[in-house]
Amino acid sequence: MNKSTAAYIVSLFFLGGAVLLGVLVGTVSISPEVLWNRSADQSAANILWNIRMPRVVLAGLVGASLAIAGAAFQGLLKNPLADPYTLGVSSGASVGAVMTLFFSISVPFLGIFTLPVMSMIGALATMLAVMGFAKLVDRSMKMETVILTGIIFSSFLGSVISLMIALTGEELRQIIGWLLGSVSMRGWPYVQMALPFFLVGSFVLWLNRRELNAMLFGEERARHLGVDVKKRKMMILIGGSVLTGAAVSVSGTIGFVGLVVPHMVRLLWGADHRHVLPLSFINGAALLILCDLVARTIISPTELPIGVITSFIGAPVFAFIFFRQRKGGG
Amino acid sequence: MLRITGLTGGYGDKKIVSDVSFHVEKGNVLGILGPNGSGKSTLMKLISGVLPAASGTVEVDGRPISVFSAKELARKMAVLPQLHAHAFEHTVRETVSLGRYPHQSGWFASWSEEDEAAVVEAMELMNIQQYENTLIDRMSGGEQQRVFVAQALAQNASILLLDEPTNHLDINHQKELLDTIKKQAIEKELTVVSIFHDINLASMYCDQLLLLDGGHIKRMGEPHEVVREQDIEAVYRTRVSNHPHPELPKPQITLLPGVNRTAAHTRIAAGDFAVSADYVLYQSPIPLKTVSSAVINAGAGWYRTFMNRHVDNTYECDDSTREMARFIESQGFKATDTVGMMTAVRTEDVIIKEYQGPFGSVVIAVTAGVGNAVDVSKALDRAVKVGTINTWIFINGELSDEAFIQSMITATEAKSKALHHEGVLDPLTDTIATGTSTDSCLVAATQQGEHLPYAGPITELGKLIGAGVFECTVEAIQLYREAKKR
Repeated sequence: MNKSTAAYIVSLFFLGGAVLLGVLVGTVSISPEVLWNRSADQSAANILWNIRMPRVVLAGLVGASLAIAGAAFQGLLKNPLADPYTLGVSSGASVGAVMTLFFSISVPFLGIFTLPVMSMIGALATMLAVMGFAKLVDRSMKMETVILTGIIFSSFLGSVISLMIALTGEELRQIIGWLLGSVSMRGWPYVQMALPFFLVGSFVLWLNRRELNAMLFGEERARHLGVDVKKRKMMILIGGSVLTGAAVSVSGTIGFVGLVVPHMVRLLWGADHRHVLPLSFINGAALLILCDLVARTIISPTELPIGVITSFIGAPVFAFIFFRQRKGGG
Repeated sequence: MLRITGLTGGYGDKKIVSDVSFHVEKGNVLGILGPNGSGKSTLMKLISGVLPAASGTVEVDGRPISVFSAKELARKMAVLPQLHAHAFEHTVRETVSLGRYPHQSGWFASWSEEDEAAVVEAMELMNIQQYENTLIDRMSGGEQQRVFVAQALAQNASILLLDEPTNHLDINHQKELLDTIKKQAIEKELTVVSIFHDINLASMYCDQLLLLDGGHIKRMGEPHEVVREQDIEAVYRTRVSNHPHPELPKPQITLLPGVNRTAAHTRIAAGDFAVSADYVLYQSPIPLKTVSSAVINAGAGWYRTFMNRHVDNTYECDDSTREMARFIESQGFKATDTVGMMTAVRTEDVIIKEYQGPFGSVVIAVTAGVGNAVDVSKALDRAVKVGTINTWIFINGELSDEAFIQSMITATEAKSKALHHEGVLDPLTDTIATGTSTDSCLVAATQQGEHLPYAGPITELGKLIGAGVFECTVEAIQLYREAKKR
C-alpha cells in the first residue's frame, strides 16, 4: 500500500470516528444502536437525527470548506500563512451576511440562497481587494505583506460590522453569537442552503489541483508549464470565496481551520495538491466536528463558541509556521 | 523551428528589446550573449509569450504563438527560467512530474506510461534519479538547477528556452549539463535558445550566437563571427583578448583585468645566469612570456625559472617529464613555474652573451652537443639518436605573437648556419648537418619596453638574434669539441 492510499484510509477513519463521537456524545449520551434502530429509543433518535446529525454534518462541511479553501489560497499565494481568516476573506463574507440581515435584503431569484450568495460576494470582493492592495504595496507579494493587508482589511470590515450591530439594537446578541462562530441550532435547512455551494466550490478547487502545484513555482513558471494562469487564478479565487462565503453564512467566522489542517496534511503527507486538497477536505471536516464537540461539552451546559476552540489551537500553529518560515530562510 | 521577426517589447511604454529577428533550425543551439541589462531575459520572456510583444511575431513551426493555447504552447516549448522561489517542500519527482502538466488533460487526467517514461528519462539525463524522493529545498543550488532542467526536459517540447542553464553549477556539471542539452538537440532535433553569461561556454556549445546590446542585435552568426575582441569589448566595455580553444575550432576570450600590479621594471642581463655542473639557471623576478619546445612546460606560457639541466649520456627515462618535474622540485623550484630542458653537454660549456640593440637588449644562451648531428634534408627513414643544441633567447622588449614565431625561425636559421660554418657533418651522409635530432629552442620576453611586432632579419631584433645565435652556437660547438678532445 503506498503512502497516499494510507493517508486516505487514516483520514477517513479519523472522519468516521469524529462523526460517531459527534452524534453520540453530549449532555445526553446516546447508544450507538440508535443509529440503525430508531425505535430503540425514540427521543434519543430525535436528538440524534434532528439536532446532532445536522449539526455534525454542518460542522463537517464548514470545516472541510475552510480547510480546502485555505489549502488553495496557500498554494495560489505561495504563502503558508494564508487562510480565509488571516486574509480577511471571512470578515468580508461576514459583512456580506450582516448586511443581508441588517437591511433584510432578499433577492427574488435566490430565495434562501440570498444569504450565502451575499457572503460569497463579500468574500470575493475582499479577496480581490486584499490581493490588489498587497500587490500595490509590494510587487513580490511577500508573506508578511499579504497577511498584514489581510489584518488591515479585517479590522476595517470588523468595524463596519460593529457599526451595523450598534445600529440594530435588539438583535445584538444573536448577531454577536453568530459572529463568534457556531454551528448550533441550525438544523437541516442550513445544511440544504449551503451544501450546493460547498460541493461546487470544492469541486472547482479540486479541478485546479495540478495547476496549484505548478503555481507554487510562481505564475511565470506555471505559464511556462502550460497553465492558463489568468483563468485558473480566477477559478481558484472564486472557488475559495464560494466556500468561505457559504461557510460564514451558516456558521459565522471560524478562524484558523484553513491554516491548521493543510499545514498538518503537508507535514504528514507532502505538498502535492493532488492529495493536499482532498486530504484537507476530509481532515478539516473531522477537525471541526471534534472542535464543535469540545465547544459544547467542555463547560457543559454552557456552550463555547466554536471559534474560541479553533483559535485556541490555530493561533499557536500560526506562530509556529511563521517562526519556522523565518528561521528556515523562507 | 523557431522564427522571430521584428520582435519589439518591454515593460509598459519602455521598450527594452527592439526589432530582433532571427530563426533557429531544428537541432541547432543559439546562444544569446549580452551584458547585464541588454535585454536578454526580456527577449526570452517575449519569445516564451510571458510578456506580450509590442510588435513583431514569434512563430513556432510556422504558426504564431498567439494562436496556441497555454497547454499547446507548453507542449511545443519548454522554458527554464532564471530564479526559482518556492514556499512549500516538493520532492524531486513531484517537481519533475510537473513537466508533464501540458500532456495531461481532462478532469481525472491519469498518469500514463508515457508520462512516467518521460519523467524517468529526464531524471536520468540530469543524473538526479537517486534523489527522487529528496525534498528540493534540501538540495544544493546546483542540484536544484538540474532538477529544473529535468522538469523542462520532461515536457518533451521541441523547443527549449534556457535562461542561464549553468547557473550555480561547478565546471564539471556545467559541462555535463551542456553536453546533455547539446546531445538532446542533435538526437531529438530540438531547437535550443539559451542565454549565456559565459562567452566561452557559449562559443563552445552554440552553433550560432547572438550578441545583444541595448536591446538591439549587435552581431549574429557563427561563434567566430561574434566572439571577436572589438565587438565584445564594445558591448561589454571590458578589455578582452581572443584566443583559440585548444581542441575545438571555437574562439575563446580572456578577460584583461583592469587592476594589475604593474610589474617592476626588469632587465635581463647575461650576468644574472647561474651556471653549475648540474644546470644553467636563469631566475626572473617577473614571469616572462615564453614560447619553447622544452621538456617541461613547453608551448606558450608565463614562467619565472628557466633551467637547462645536465643529464648523463646514458639518461633514459620512460616519463622524462615527470622525472624532470621531480628534479626541479628537489632543487627547490616550482615545477609549474619552470621551463626545463635537458642536455648531455657539460653545462659549464654554455655560451651566454648579451647583445645591445636600439630597442633594448637580447641575451642568448646556447649549449651545443653535435655528436648526433643530422642533415635534416636527408633525415628520412633513419633511426635518430639523441643529441642536443639548446638555444635560449631572452628579449628585453614587448613581443607580438608573430615576433615570437619569427624569433624561432631566425634562431633556427642562424643555428644551421653556425653548423655549416663549423663544418659539422652528418656522420651517416657526410653532408653538412643542419642541427641535431632533438634540438630545443626557447624565446622569452619581459613584455616591457618597446613593442616589437616582428623579428625577421629585416628588423633590429631579428638582426641581433641572427648574429647572436650564430656567434654563440659557433663558440659552443668549439667548446664542445675541445671538451671531447680532453
